[in-house]
Amino acid sequence: MSETHSHDDWPYPHPKQPDIEDGPITDLMIMTEAVTELMIDKAYFTADDMRRTLEVIDAKTPAEGARMVARAWLDEDFKARMLEDVNAAAEEMSIDSGVIPIRAIENTKDVHNVIVCTLCSCYPKHLIGLPPDWYKSRAYRSRVIREPRAVLKEFGTEIPDGVEVRVHDSTAELRYMILPMRPKGTGDMDEDTLAGLVTRDCMIGVTIIDRD
Amino acid sequence: MRRHHDMGGLDAGPVEPTEHDYLPWEKKVDALVRLAGDPKRKMIAIDELRRGIENLGPGAYDELSYYERWISSFTNVMIEKGHISIDELGRKMEEVRVRWQEAAK
Repeated sequence: MSETHSHDDWPYPHPKQPDIEDGPITDLMIMTEAVTELMIDKAYFTADDMRRTLEVIDAKTPAEGARMVARAWLDEDFKARMLEDVNAAAEEMSIDSGVIPIRAIENTKDVHNVIVCTLCSCYPKHLIGLPPDWYKSRAYRSRVIREPRAVLKEFGTEIPDGVEVRVHDSTAELRYMILPMRPKGTGDMDEDTLAGLVTRDCMIGVTIIDRD
Repeated sequence: MRRHHDMGGLDAGPVEPTEHDYLPWEKKVDALVRLAGDPKRKMIAIDELRRGIENLGPGAYDELSYYERWISSFTNVMIEKGHISIDELGRKMEEVRVRWQEAAK
């Protein structure tokens, strides 16, 4: 957006935040607002419930999943519990991972794993935030189960021929996240530093952690 | 028979690494589904939302954006189950439309 404005207390012009009045208003945007207001009018939930839920959505980022991965790298017992039950392991760390079961799949030197939802868009969003658009795209959903190595290559990830690639197709009842391999040369790092290495895409499995 | 949404294994072009910051209205749709579907309210199950999306048909499925599919399905399910009526939705949409037009002046 090229348009700028400024405030009295912050004199530097900056781009306007893209907002409802900037883009075209569509019928389905109007429907979203109308349905929300009807639900509140009918006391199915309150405006405050809506505000708090929006805050929860905004607060969910890959950082929570990354903290769990770092903890698993440092603590074998925690890792075992996480591979057994991600939701319970999240709760140990006071992370709310939602009500739908999430399973962690561990990458090893022999097996590389990647997640998809071919039927829709199931994703561990309660742990790592809303999914990127490409995860929900026709191309990714169609191709990653048939030619995962080719798709991974499009993300710049080359999996050696000797390494098996497994694709995990999520459902509405079970979501997956990848527990990436800990990169070499990180033996002296603490949990926060390790967590900083863990990206969203490596928890989806389309990349591996590259330290350069 | 394969239904339209069941696209695993089909041919398709390269995966474009697209993403965007979710817009406020898109997050609101997500919040609507979370709130109505939470264990306390149980007004919609995730499978009902999916059924609604899958029943949009190939045309709408491909033309609508992701959260447009969600709000279409969510609203249909709310009407189907009698939580809101078509009439009140129509009136409320008109009210919102007029209010936003006024605000944009």
